[in-house]
Amino acid sequence: MAGRKLEAAKGSKVLLIGSGSIKIGEAAEFDYSGSQALKALREEGIETVIVNSNVATVQTSYASADHVYLLPVKSRFIEKVIEKEKPEGIMMGFGGQSALNAGIDLSDSGVLRKHRVKILGTKLIGIKAALGRADFKKLMESKGISTAPSLSAKTEEEALSAAKKLGYPVMLRVSFNLAGRGSFIAKSEAAMKRGIERAFAQSKTGEVLIEKYLSGWKEIEYEVVRDKFGNAAVVACIENLDPMGVHTGESTVVTPAQTLDNEDYNNMRSVAIKVAEAIGLVGECNVQFALSPRSRDFYVIESNPRMSRSSALASKATGYPLAYVSAKLSLGYRLYEVMNEVSKATSAFFEPSLDYITIKIPRWDLTKFESASSSLGTEMKSIGEVMAIGRYFEEALQKAVRMLDIGEPGIVGGKIYASDMSKNEIEKALKGRKPYWFLYASKAFSTGFSVKDVHALTGVDPFFLEKIKGIVSAYEKERSAKASPKIGAEQYSRLARMGFSEKQLSIRQDTYVKSIDTLAGEWPAKVNYLYTTHSASNDDIKFRKVKRKALVLGAGVFRIGVSVEFDWSSVSFARALKKGFSEVSILNYNPETVSTDWDIADKLYFDEISAETVKALDKKEHFDGIAVFTGGQIGNNIANELSRSGMKFIGTGSKGIDMAEDRNSFSAVVERLGLKQPEWCTASNMRDMGKFVDDVGFPILARPSYILSGSSFKLIHDMEGLEAYARAMQRVSQRSPLVLTKFYTDSIEAEMDCVSDSKSVLGIGMQHIEEAGVHSGDATIATPFTSGSRPYEDMKRAALLLSSELQIKGPFNIQFLISGGNVYIIELNARASRSMPFSSKSVGINLMDYAYKAIFKGLGLSGRFYEPRHRSYMVKSSQFSWLQLKDAYPVLGPEMRSTGESAAFGSTLNEALLTSWLGVNPNHIPKKTAMVYGETNVGNLEHAAREIGKLLDVVTIEDYPIKGARQVSKGKALDMIRAGKIGIVMTDNDMSGKDYMLRRQAVDLNVPLVLNGRLAAKLAEAFNEYDGYAEAKEMKEYY
Amino acid sequence: MASGKPYIYTRDGFMVGGFLFGAHKKAMGELVFTTSMTGYPESLTDPSYKGQILVFTHPLIGNYGVPKAKPIHGTKLLGNFESDRIQAEGVIVSECTSGTKWDSDSSFDSWLKAESIPGISGIDTRALTIRLRDHGTTMGVISDDRKDMKALDRYDYESINFVEMVSPKKPVYCRIRGKKPKGTIAVMDFGAKNGFINDLMSLGYDVVRAPWDSSAQDILDLKPSGIVYGNGPGNPNLLKEAIATIRELLGTGIPSMGICLGHQLTSIALGGKIRKMKFGHRAVNKGVINRIDGKAYITTHNHGYALSKRDMPKGAKILFESIDDDVVEGIIDKKHNLITTQFHPEARPGAWDTQFIFGTFYRMMQNGRKKA
Repeated sequence: MAGRKLEAAKGSKVLLIGSGSIKIGEAAEFDYSGSQALKALREEGIETVIVNSNVATVQTSYASADHVYLLPVKSRFIEKVIEKEKPEGIMMGFGGQSALNAGIDLSDSGVLRKHRVKILGTKLIGIKAALGRADFKKLMESKGISTAPSLSAKTEEEALSAAKKLGYPVMLRVSFNLAGRGSFIAKSEAAMKRGIERAFAQSKTGEVLIEKYLSGWKEIEYEVVRDKFGNAAVVACIENLDPMGVHTGESTVVTPAQTLDNEDYNNMRSVAIKVAEAIGLVGECNVQFALSPRSRDFYVIESNPRMSRSSALASKATGYPLAYVSAKLSLGYRLYEVMNEVSKATSAFFEPSLDYITIKIPRWDLTKFESASSSLGTEMKSIGEVMAIGRYFEEALQKAVRMLDIGEPGIVGGKIYASDMSKNEIEKALKGRKPYWFLYASKAFSTGFSVKDVHALTGVDPFFLEKIKGIVSAYEKERSAKASPKIGAEQYSRLARMGFSEKQLSIRQDTYVKSIDTLAGEWPAKVNYLYTTHSASNDDIKFRKVKRKALVLGAGVFRIGVSVEFDWSSVSFARALKKGFSEVSILNYNPETVSTDWDIADKLYFDEISAETVKALDKKEHFDGIAVFTGGQIGNNIANELSRSGMKFIGTGSKGIDMAEDRNSFSAVVERLGLKQPEWCTASNMRDMGKFVDDVGFPILARPSYILSGSSFKLIHDMEGLEAYARAMQRVSQRSPLVLTKFYTDSIEAEMDCVSDSKSVLGIGMQHIEEAGVHSGDATIATPFTSGSRPYEDMKRAALLLSSELQIKGPFNIQFLISGGNVYIIELNARASRSMPFSSKSVGINLMDYAYKAIFKGLGLSGRFYEPRHRSYMVKSSQFSWLQLKDAYPVLGPEMRSTGESAAFGSTLNEALLTSWLGVNPNHIPKKTAMVYGETNVGNLEHAAREIGKLLDVVTIEDYPIKGARQVSKGKALDMIRAGKIGIVMTDNDMSGKDYMLRRQAVDLNVPLVLNGRLAAKLAEAFNEYDGYAEAKEMKEYY
Repeated sequence: MASGKPYIYTRDGFMVGGFLFGAHKKAMGELVFTTSMTGYPESLTDPSYKGQILVFTHPLIGNYGVPKAKPIHGTKLLGNFESDRIQAEGVIVSECTSGTKWDSDSSFDSWLKAESIPGISGIDTRALTIRLRDHGTTMGVISDDRKDMKALDRYDYESINFVEMVSPKKPVYCRIRGKKPKGTIAVMDFGAKNGFINDLMSLGYDVVRAPWDSSAQDILDLKPSGIVYGNGPGNPNLLKEAIATIRELLGTGIPSMGICLGHQLTSIALGGKIRKMKFGHRAVNKGVINRIDGKAYITTHNHGYALSKRDMPKGAKILFESIDDDVVEGIIDKKHNLITTQFHPEARPGAWDTQFIFGTFYRMMQNGRKKA
């Protein structure tokens, strides 16, 4: 390295683009990769700037970067930051496709040249060649690399004629996009015509690729690192269990690849490196292949010249920190000059060897969405993913199934396995690619299907199906043996190796701790990246006796309602604990997180978050305290069991947690303290329900007392609706009573994020823009609380009383409803909340640091409530992923449906609102005709129409008209959206059955959609007040 | 073997039980581990594993079965195995799987049975590997009889000439078909892998595999355009006569190439020193740097002895060096017209990133013999 000039030297400034709000296809993996890149830059003495509107990330904090801009990941906002910060370099490969697209815009518009900002890493010409489908194909052909037979098209006619030439079935792919947006498989011309419009709408360049559909071929992915001198290595090879046609984000995948022989593996490996060379890769890319299951034929499918979801997965699967290394390579280092941070003795120029199996399974929440298609395909729909590590395939697979947290105990023995599905139904589920196909596969094997049958239905390699079948036979054998008195220890240990839980076997098994060292034991690891297994003969590590040991639970799999926010709290609290504990461990299994970076805590246990695992670890580690509150609900769910086995909690005790969780006891507490709550009851028959409704009147909010995954909350307006709901729920969960709650129309919903030492409270007040009835996870939330000092005093009082009554130590969140000047308490969660990163950052503190203080030192507020001073407004807007959830009806209601959020500061509420709303995809300031219609919240919609009318032409639908706007028919309205004439659609509430096509069309064609009247009104005002060009002010300038 | 529970016993007193597969018999050898995750048919047929019991660190072995033997170049040379039989004495895995693939002929288990090689599964191979790493390579036996541990004391891997067990007894002629050969390459066969014989023939030359104890004159009588000293098992320091022959041949200035054991023997012949390593390099994931242009490559390794920088032969230069330790991965000696690699440019198993070395050798042969 001596004498060589790096691309960005010590003392220079580099801007890194984040990925914005979390959406299907772009989750917290980019918080992980961005955070690692920032760390790599900081080590070099480079000043770092981050632009990301995702307030819940770890990277948008001064612990990660020197300058933090909570602004939309869009070129015009980033341009403002560039003008102000004048960075020498920019990194656009660590924030997913969103960052890359913004970076390309910055370059194409000449901004980077104007401000002399150097792109670090792969040059733009290479990136463009990789992302443009036709350019990529041409580039590959010029290097003699074979790609699947395909033709590119820029118009519908071209696309149809291309498909005809190639012959159906074909697969349509879209350029410059993420998560397979717009892509599909067409078996006929009619199918092609159905999808083509939506596909073009998703292409940044107006280009699509029509490819021969390689039915039944295997999909294999390689992760390549390469420096600017051409030194390259393949860090991981990922094998998809699902065949071609299922998006890799939707596939169950195994690392390392299991069914490739040396020749297959190296044929594709060599080509993967050739692809990286062709792109001029500097950093990291993935290369996807289709491999014939009957010959050595293979094709390159695509390459992403940036950190991706799969590269995050590869990092976690191998221990190789791809983002960190990639950032160093972007600076101009040679690959072998970078250290393998795991061994700290060898170089990063090597290819990891794995002595374990990792399996990733996506998690879907499709049942939350009315009419959403539940068949997996070329577009990504999953919300999160889990990764399980085991010494056996079966062990990893069964662990992974439990990690999904869908109530399945493993591959066998769960709801689906026990169901009375007919052969026909099983066949349909497998063939129709329903989520979690492996559960239907095991059901199939238990009812006599052969491996050949299931292979024919799913296209999954028989090797994996044999493994699943093996689990089924072992389970059935054990079940029949159980009837007889004795079952041998050897058989039990065989079952434990297959990853059955102790709970399922009802016998305790030895657990061993193994470490991930990137080199299969050849060199000792210097970091503690650990997992547990039942299939071993010893522990890899010695468990030191140190003064104080703590365990922090992560959030587990992301799902609707649990996302990066809880990773932020886990990471923040683990860091805070370092102040008082000599060894802090994290337990988590979500590969898309910062908390599962082995660099965050002293030890990372990458494993199940279950009472069983925690107990097994505690037996070895003897933790002095376990923090269950950090990861959201998952920790609270096992708190009771952990407490019963004598484990000590950091923070609120299990009694307090229980009292808050149990509806009856919490209600009694609220009553005892003289606080108000909405009237509610539990009822299991129509008579009781009728009586309750007679007392309180409609509307009411209904839900089953045991919340199942899937749609369950419902706002009900009349008896007919209630009866229908009760009937529907009866089918889902027999005999589980319903919880009915009085609903206050037009009320305000407010929240407080707090920490307490059970005497005093430090809290931050917030309020929702939408009225109560919209789930707090979907609502637009503003801070500070501005709806009157009387309610605010009541909220403060409630926080103090409740925290002391429940003996809360640490974080909690209270939700309030304000109606007619009264403050009602909806619920209290004695744990970290979804909004805590937002509320923390709104005032420039970290509630997790205060949680530490509250628990171990006391807040020192002598029984008072304290709210840090707000010097500006902050708003967070919810990001929905309607586009990805094909056919789902876009609507806001008591059921949470958003996948992420985007936040912004402002000197006024409307300014903060507008900037945060612009951070959400696909929102932009409307320049064309606005469409406003609806049946509810009409006053607000009229206000919105009036305000927007000052700027734009406004139309409304004649069936659901809004005053003051030009009326058009529904058909005409649809045509206008389709023709690209509509700049925004604003409506309110649930109108399913009336405007399904309108909402869906808007979503499919990237037209901004506002689903609530109050929000529409505020936004319309903001459009008038601001031009959307927020000033580039970094976070600390707002404090 | 009787029907007792099978164990692995090591000379230094370690024992661990498992399940037998493959041939039901005992096996004794030096315990070594490979971190290669794929390519078990290639690894096990590599003659360099003669005298050794191979531990696979990857937990699932056998996933794609064992392919049907495929002769290449119109010869008897097998393209998908490194020799005609399994050369390792025994196999240790975590799990022996029974996968198959479109080109497979048998399962892993039945292949071992047919080849009369025992395997043991259900072993915590990571624990065993770490033991070998920390304590160094040791002798081991797969057996159901504890008394067999005693036999290990009498068995000394380092003093056994395994080369004579795997080298051909008389020259084997591998002639290319259909094209006029550009000449003949003589390979001193110490247990050569089919892989590089194949690569040499692909250069357009006939290849003669000469017995390890051929004299210099035997080799010169073949009128070789180039001489290759190939890989093979065991301790290079035992092969005194071969080293003398090599020294004589190097003096002729005929273009020469050393691979693995061949690299070690040529280094000794030129005055270098080869020492036993603690546990060797057996992997397909190792980085080496070309000292001349600074480029780095991922390479395949299978050796328990090595040339260190302090033991370099005089007059030779380091061509390749290991990134992670002191091992010299290849030398160049212009005077003797020699290049060598400690790693395997033919890979098999492993990456093909260093195939270019055969191109380098080709150019050396085109330039012809160096006049002294």
